[in-house]
Amino acid sequence: MTPPLIEARDVRVTFDIRRASDLPWTEPPKLRAVNGVSFKLEQGKTLGIVGESGCGKSTLARALIQMLPAEGEIIWQGKTDLLPLSPRQMLKYRSDIQMIFQDPLASLDPRMTVGEIIAEPLRTHRPKMGRKERKEKVREVMEKVGLLPNQINRYPHEFSGGQCQRIGIARALVVEPKLLICDEPVSALDVSIQAQVIALLEDLRRDLGLTIIFIAHDLSVVRHVCDEVMVLYLGQMMEAGATEKLFAEPQHPYTQALLSAVPIPDPEIERNKVLIALEGDLPSPLNPPSGCPLRTRCPRASEICATTPPTEEVAERQVFCHHHGPAAEVQAVLSES
Amino acid sequence: MPLLEVNDLNVRFATQEGEVHAVNGVSFALERGEALGIVGESGSGKSQLSFSILGLLAANGKASGSVKFEGREILNLPEPELNKLRADRISMVFQDPMTALNPYMRISDQMAEVLMLHKGLSKRAAVAEAAQMLELVKIPDAKNRVRLFPHEFSGGMRQRVMIAMALLCKPDVLIADEPTTALDVTVQAQIMDLLGELRRELGMATVLITHDLGVVAGFCERAIVMYGGQVMEQSPVDPLFANPTHPYTKGLLAALPRLDADRAMTPIRGNPPNMTGAPKGCPFCPRCDFVEEACADVMPPLAEFAPGRARACHRSIETIEEAAA
Repeated sequence: MTPPLIEARDVRVTFDIRRASDLPWTEPPKLRAVNGVSFKLEQGKTLGIVGESGCGKSTLARALIQMLPAEGEIIWQGKTDLLPLSPRQMLKYRSDIQMIFQDPLASLDPRMTVGEIIAEPLRTHRPKMGRKERKEKVREVMEKVGLLPNQINRYPHEFSGGQCQRIGIARALVVEPKLLICDEPVSALDVSIQAQVIALLEDLRRDLGLTIIFIAHDLSVVRHVCDEVMVLYLGQMMEAGATEKLFAEPQHPYTQALLSAVPIPDPEIERNKVLIALEGDLPSPLNPPSGCPLRTRCPRASEICATTPPTEEVAERQVFCHHHGPAAEVQAVLSES
Repeated sequence: MPLLEVNDLNVRFATQEGEVHAVNGVSFALERGEALGIVGESGSGKSQLSFSILGLLAANGKASGSVKFEGREILNLPEPELNKLRADRISMVFQDPMTALNPYMRISDQMAEVLMLHKGLSKRAAVAEAAQMLELVKIPDAKNRVRLFPHEFSGGMRQRVMIAMALLCKPDVLIADEPTTALDVTVQAQIMDLLGELRRELGMATVLITHDLGVVAGFCERAIVMYGGQVMEQSPVDPLFANPTHPYTKGLLAALPRLDADRAMTPIRGNPPNMTGAPKGCPFCPRCDFVEEACADVMPPLAEFAPGRARACHRSIETIEEAAA
C-alpha cells in the first residue's frame, strides 16, 4: 500500500503575544493558533479545511509549508518529516508543494509582467532550464489555466480578479507540484467567476492528478470540491471524515450549527429552516475554555466537557465530542431536497 | 402610493479613464413594510443605487432621475434637507461595521447624537434609549456596554450596534448594504434572523443589498437582479428561484454551489463588464448563451410578463426554457 502523500501528526502552532504592558523578562502569553491537528491525505484526493475566522485554518496551511514555525510531524510521502528540515533542505520539497492565496491581486507583484511572475518559480526550482524552454513552459501553463498567449507581457492590474487567480494558479502549477494548497482561492470572487475557477481547479486535478488541500469558509463550495473535510474551531479539530457522510449526517454540534447557518438559495427551504444557534461569541484564543473549546457555546455542554478534552471517537470518521450524535433538525432540512 | 419610488435613476462617476456609468435607468417601487432584495455581483451598481437614494455618492458621482419618498422628490436634495430624512425616516446599515462606526467615540455618544438631533432628547434620555435599543438587538449587558468603544466589540456585536443605531428613530425604510458579508456564517445567520424579527416588529420596509442569493431567499419577499448597472429581472422570490426567466438569473443560480444538493456548478463564461463609457445594448450579451443580433445594440426594456414579474431580455421565455430542456 502506498503511504499517504502528506500526513500531519499532532501539529501545533503557537504565537508569543507580547504586549506593550508586558515586562521584558516575563514569559509572554501564548496563543495556540493550531492545537494538535492530525490528518492523512492520499495522492489525488482533496481535503477541505473549514471553520470560521480565527479557527486556525490558514495558519495550519502556512505551517505545512514552513511559512510558520510549527511543532509535531509533517510526513511527506511516508518518508521525510518536513518540520526539522533547514530552509536549504526544504527547497527540494517546495516545488512539490505549491500554494495559491485568497487575494488574487495582492499575491502578485504589481511590477512584474505575467510572464515574469509565472516564470519565477522555474528560475528558483529549475535553475538549469534554458530561456527558450522556460518561455515555452510558461506559455504552456498559461494555456492550461485559460490565459491567452498575448497576455504574457501585461501587468496584474490589467486583469480582473478571476484572471488574477488564474495567474496565481499558473504560477503554482508551472513547477508541476504534487500538492496544491489553496487558501480561500475563491472567496474574493463573484459567484459567476468563482464557478469558473472551481471548474478550472477540478479539470487540473483530473488532468494532472493533483492532490489538493482546499481551505474555505464557504461550506457549499467545499461540498462540491472536496473528498474529505476537516472542521476546525479555535485551532482544534471538531470533526473530520468523508465529505458526503459528514454533510449528510454531521455528528458534532459545531458542524451541525455551521451547516444549519448556511443560507440555501431556495425560499421554501429557508422559510422552514431551524437554525441551530451557538450562544454568545467566539472566546478569546488567548484564554480558551478548558476541556472542549466549544463548551461555552455548545447546546449540549455538560460537566465533563469542562474538565476532560474530548478524544476522538472513530465511527468511519473522527468526532471530537463527548455528546456527539445526529441533530434531527439539521437532517430534516437537508433531506427535504 | 408606494413608500419609495425610484424612476429612471442614473448614476455616473467622472474618472480619469472616462465616465463610469454605474447605474443606468433603474426603476422600482417599495411598499410600506416590504422586504426587497437587490442582488448583483460586484460592479452591478447595487450599492451605488442605494447610496444615491440617500445622497451619499462620492464627490465625483452624479445621480439623475427621480426618487420619491412618500410622493416627495428627494434625489439631490440640499444637504440640510437630506439630513432631516437620514436616520430619521430612511436609515442605512453598512457592510463593514468597523469603518462605519467612529472609533474615537463611545457607542453611547454616537447613538445619543442621533436621538438628540432628530428627537431633541436630552443626553441622559438619549443614552437611556440607546441602551434600550441595544437590548432590542440582543446585546447582553447593554446598560454597561453602551459606554464601550467600537473596538471592544466583536464583528457580529458591532454589526448589532450598527443595526441598533439605524433603528433609533424607528425609520420607515432601512437600507442594509451587504450587512453580513464581513461576518462568519453562524453570525450571519444570527444577524439575518434579528433583522427579520425587527422588521416584523417595527413594520419597516427593508431594502437588502447583497451578492448572496441564499440570504435573499431567506429574507426577502421580492428581489431585483442587477447586472452592469441595469435591472435584468424583478420578481417575488418564490417564482424567481423556482423559474428564473432571464439568462443571467438562470446562469447565476446554476453557478451557485448548494449545500443541499450535489450538482455541478456551471460557470458563466467571460468576465464582468467594463462600466466605463455609455452602455450600448444589453450589458450581459458578451456572456450570454442566448445572444442574438439586437442584443449588442439595443437594451431590451424591462417588461412585465406576469403580475409582479418583469424581465429585460430580447429572447422569449419559451426560447430559453426550450434550450434548458
